[in-house]
Amino acid sequence: MKIYADNAATTKMSKAAVDAMVACMEETYGNPSSLYTTGQKAKEALEQARAEVAAVINADPQEILFTSGGSEADNQALRSAAELGRRKGKKHLISTAFEHHAILHTLKKLEQEGFEVTLLPVHENGIVLPEEVEAAIREDTCLVTIMFANNEIGTIQPIGEIGEICAKHGVLFHTDAVQAVGHLPIDVKAMHIDMLSSSAHKYHGPKGVGFLYARKGIALTNLIEGGSQERGKRAGTENVPGILGLAAALKEAAAHMEENAARQKPLRDKLIKGLSEIPHSALNGDAKRRLPGNVNFCFEGIEGESLLLLLDDKGISASSGSACTSGDLDPSHVLLAIGRIHDVAHGSLRLTIGEDITEEEIDYMIASVKEVVEYLRSFSPVWRDLQAGKVEYIL
Amino acid sequence: MALYIEKVMDHFRNPRNVGVIEDANGIGEVGNAKCGDIMKMYLKINDDEIIEDVKFETFGCGSAIASSSMATELIKGQPVSEAMKLTNKAVAEALDGLPAYKMHCSVLAEEAIQSALEDYQKRKEASKA
Repeated sequence: MKIYADNAATTKMSKAAVDAMVACMEETYGNPSSLYTTGQKAKEALEQARAEVAAVINADPQEILFTSGGSEADNQALRSAAELGRRKGKKHLISTAFEHHAILHTLKKLEQEGFEVTLLPVHENGIVLPEEVEAAIREDTCLVTIMFANNEIGTIQPIGEIGEICAKHGVLFHTDAVQAVGHLPIDVKAMHIDMLSSSAHKYHGPKGVGFLYARKGIALTNLIEGGSQERGKRAGTENVPGILGLAAALKEAAAHMEENAARQKPLRDKLIKGLSEIPHSALNGDAKRRLPGNVNFCFEGIEGESLLLLLDDKGISASSGSACTSGDLDPSHVLLAIGRIHDVAHGSLRLTIGEDITEEEIDYMIASVKEVVEYLRSFSPVWRDLQAGKVEYIL
Repeated sequence: MALYIEKVMDHFRNPRNVGVIEDANGIGEVGNAKCGDIMKMYLKINDDEIIEDVKFETFGCGSAIASSSMATELIKGQPVSEAMKLTNKAVAEALDGLPAYKMHCSVLAEEAIQSALEDYQKRKEASKA
């Protein structure tokens, strides 16, 4: 059996997205900046895509800026807010400890440039408290940036409440919605979102393309200079095939969002229940307030990379927050942020199921993970010491 | 391209000499769970100073398990004096190479063997005294 269970890393492109891209490459190949018909056809297609994308999140088309993906959108949102803040002498930013590195590394750079950053705790369940956001807002706060849903543990943040707080205090609010767009309902107006980042390949679109939503009136700072594309805010000939692929994928994901979630949730919960039966294991992140396809566990006494390799042998593609899977010394900063200590964070497993997952596949994954965890524990000196009572179980 | 070459995967999938020696006369454990790698080596050394049997237990990534397995293969049946010369480089070479950022796994295997040999020497001296 072959099961792709790493949809948070990337997704397989939808047929609609592939068809849209191929048609674009074969027929709508003009440069949208050219004045002749071939160019203007590409321009029309581009603007139609922009309108379709905007409609999904209840934005206006001119509020959508196409980028090379989520990381670029995150960088531009943070740089823009920092620049607006700097002009007014506001040099404080608020975020959380478990953001994506596109946010955390940019914040680190801003700190080096004289900004001050407050990283809010995300607690044991992986959810930010709106009252803690409010308490952290200062006179000189220029931005609150909090992800919509976490990429590792899938926990969904109270974005609407946070947006309302930010609006009340007149502070810009950005959300990295890379894991949420196409999977969760988003209304930027109702949720008071000023800026939002998205990446196409997380909802069956192509890689290397995404968008930044920025509310009308927010002056963006350019990361790329050299042309008047994207209202002069992002130079470079538009990735028209990618953008049309993005729009086609998002349109389809949005149209089936409810039914997809309704299908995935019970299967996700079955997977959680099955893996919970493994002794000394624990689900990471809130059991209910999580993405419909996200399952993330820690298993005591084993290490994640060897778990992934053996699951791969069984046809299952998964990921882990173990240090060894990243070439880093520390395990996932997300797992550390929810209070998992190093020893168990190394033994983590993320399974992010697709919309087409079947019950049979869930059963196979449960059986396979159980078997592999048991096997790895059979020659783990850590597990032996735990079993012998020499050290105490953490989970 | 796969993460590991075939020989590493072979030793990872089918590790040699896995387990415990109940009457081992040299035991070494290195690494810590915080860093994500622990190796434990058990040696059974006879009166002629030959390593009659060796077994290991490892908590760690694919290359840590493969390195443990290969290290045990390299010293099994060898005199203690030879095993003491085992280097991490020899372990990595016998595996046909490890990715650069995984070389520390072979270092851990060398250290685990050396630690078990030291334990053996200590026990020997203690029994003499």
